[in-house]
Amino acid sequence: MTIEFVIKGGRVIDESGETFADVVVRDGVIVGVGPDLSAARTIEATGCVVAPGLVDLHAHLRQPGKEEAETVESGSNAAALGGYTAVLAMPNTTPAIDCAAVVREIQELGRSASCEVAVAGAITVGRAGEQLAPMGEMADLGVRIFTDDGTGVQDIALMRRALEYARGLGVTLAQHCEVAELSAGTCMNEGEWSSVLGMPGQPAEAEELMVMRDIALARLTGARMHFLHLSTAGSVAMVAAAKASGMPITCEAAPHHFTLTDALCASFDAVYKVHPPLRTAGDVEAVKAGLSSGAIDAIATDHAPHPANEKERPFDQAPPGMLGLEYALALALTELEMPIADVLARLSWQPARIAGLADRHGGPIVQGRSANLCVIDPEHEWTIDGSGGASLSSNVPYVGRTVRGKVRHTILNGIPMVLEGELQR
Amino acid sequence: MRHLLSIRDLRRSDLEQLLMLTERFVEVNQRSIPKVPALRGRTVVSLFYEDSTRTRMSFETAAKRLSADVMTFSVGTSSVSKGESLRDTVQTISAFGVDAIVIRHQSSGAPLLITQWTDASVLNAGDGWHQHPTQALLDAYTVRARFGSLDGLRIAIVGDIKHSRVARSTAQAFAALGATVTLVAPPTLLPPSVEGWPVGVSYDLDSVLGDLDVCYLLRMQHERMAEALVPSLREYSSRYGLTSARADVLGSDAMIMHPGPMNRGVEIASEVADRPNSVITQQVSNGVAVRMACLFRLLGSDSQLDALIPDPELDHNDRTST
Repeated sequence: MTIEFVIKGGRVIDESGETFADVVVRDGVIVGVGPDLSAARTIEATGCVVAPGLVDLHAHLRQPGKEEAETVESGSNAAALGGYTAVLAMPNTTPAIDCAAVVREIQELGRSASCEVAVAGAITVGRAGEQLAPMGEMADLGVRIFTDDGTGVQDIALMRRALEYARGLGVTLAQHCEVAELSAGTCMNEGEWSSVLGMPGQPAEAEELMVMRDIALARLTGARMHFLHLSTAGSVAMVAAAKASGMPITCEAAPHHFTLTDALCASFDAVYKVHPPLRTAGDVEAVKAGLSSGAIDAIATDHAPHPANEKERPFDQAPPGMLGLEYALALALTELEMPIADVLARLSWQPARIAGLADRHGGPIVQGRSANLCVIDPEHEWTIDGSGGASLSSNVPYVGRTVRGKVRHTILNGIPMVLEGELQR
Repeated sequence: MRHLLSIRDLRRSDLEQLLMLTERFVEVNQRSIPKVPALRGRTVVSLFYEDSTRTRMSFETAAKRLSADVMTFSVGTSSVSKGESLRDTVQTISAFGVDAIVIRHQSSGAPLLITQWTDASVLNAGDGWHQHPTQALLDAYTVRARFGSLDGLRIAIVGDIKHSRVARSTAQAFAALGATVTLVAPPTLLPPSVEGWPVGVSYDLDSVLGDLDVCYLLRMQHERMAEALVPSLREYSSRYGLTSARADVLGSDAMIMHPGPMNRGVEIASEVADRPNSVITQQVSNGVAVRMACLFRLLGSDSQLDALIPDPELDHNDRTST
């Protein structure tokens, strides 16, 4: 059965620029972009932006092992509602995604998901930081990003070998930068607030030392390197300088690191506990400036669901992480003083390229391309509630915040996954 | 006042009111039968996730002297050891119908956290490195009882400030009541930032010792050695311990305080702890009266106060008029 529709009346924005045009989609593919087009069915986009679907480089879908917090199905539903047509599933599951068998399991689950689920593999076996995981067999299944996210690879010699080996496979290593010696036992940013609240904090340098180290190792090995969730002014500056020198380095920042500060920890509500921790207002400004200047390539959610009973624990005992998939776009449009095309660059085509998905995600919106699209009402104001949306968890740190910009429709491979803000399945 | 969670929540006038109320209960404690029916029919639970014989006994004694019913929830022998969550424990206790929960917890912020799960008043008996407000009040009371007022007093708090809920609360209370507070410690035992704290900082005890009205020593815990925060207890004692020689420089007019339990020979020389200007046992006895005042402030009715404990001054006026 042919599925055909026209997205009508929108402002089409992709990497090449913007134009008012209708977009006709048939059987998964964009078949026409231009004025006054028609099709069997019309999807309304008047007053809206028609953009390539968003791509998240950093989603914890919790499957296998923690299905009470999230599954590939529930997480991909949240992603679709957030405008995403692809997410990269992080490998810190139980068991870790560190071999072909687990990669296949997630890929299988992803086939029926509401967005494409690309899989990130672990760098080391069990993410234990001791022995290289079989990256080759995972790369053969299409894995393009490897990371021990949740923790950084601490062993310098091992990280060097991992980078060298990755270079041979043409894959990218992504690092969660945190030096364990400076972060062990901590639960928030070290500074004025940790001092007042009497909680063990990790200094910005816990992140920056590993950023510095890995820039050196990337230079040594010539490997491609992606820095996950940069949270400090120093990290942003170092990565910006390394990129400016021509190194094949990319980086991302998470929505909470450009919207929230460590002052929120004074509530002792573990919804504000996250790794890397919420930092100072100065760091928030640096992350915003990095996104604006392009020093930071991508906004990645670090969507990290946890069941309510775990987030209710005292701050130091609760697990770190917060939801993001349904809020990232609105937070970016509201908090970042950037043209919408630049926001979309950080949310769509740049992460698509980093993830190795640019052949089918991130545009351009032209005839013959896979129809992975989202339609955004950029002026729609809404207030974030604490329900958690489609996620199985509800650890939302933005409750009560009024934001601007809402996903109206999401199209995955030519099939509407979200219409008028409602999931279609 | 609904809860007592942190000295930071209290203004100077709140602190002064609590200290004045404490005075009334000090008088009660001097009676042959130190008990008043102020909280008859009220139930106070002590919920201690960390061992603390003295604070728990002090609170339980205070509650009993106010005629409250006291329940003790022993974490070690209870459902908690079977993995019950803080929320479930608090909701279960609250279902018994309790009026106050006195909580000691190893996690900073736990007392604030439980206020959302109970209708009872919550009293913080120490949370993590964060706060220990009744300790601060009893310290302030002890200083005030001797000097009349804290205004202009020069007070040093010496030792492991970084990991000390006592320092965080007591320094704030002393400063709020008008004292000039100096934190004295090596940088490794100070918080990462004291930006905005109403205190000065010194790394050198000897340079501040001669000018003090109060020298407040903190317990030096052995586990700090493992974290390499000081090279050895011996070096710590020699630089930051109140030795006999330092106590002589301090002088006999200055007060020596310690929240207990002491490491004699580490932060305080054994002989110094027993000097007449050491008020360490007075701190403990004032602790009961302070906790009576706090429990009464949260659970009692002010209109009953004069009937229960006649104000000594009013009493005097009555007598002179007849």
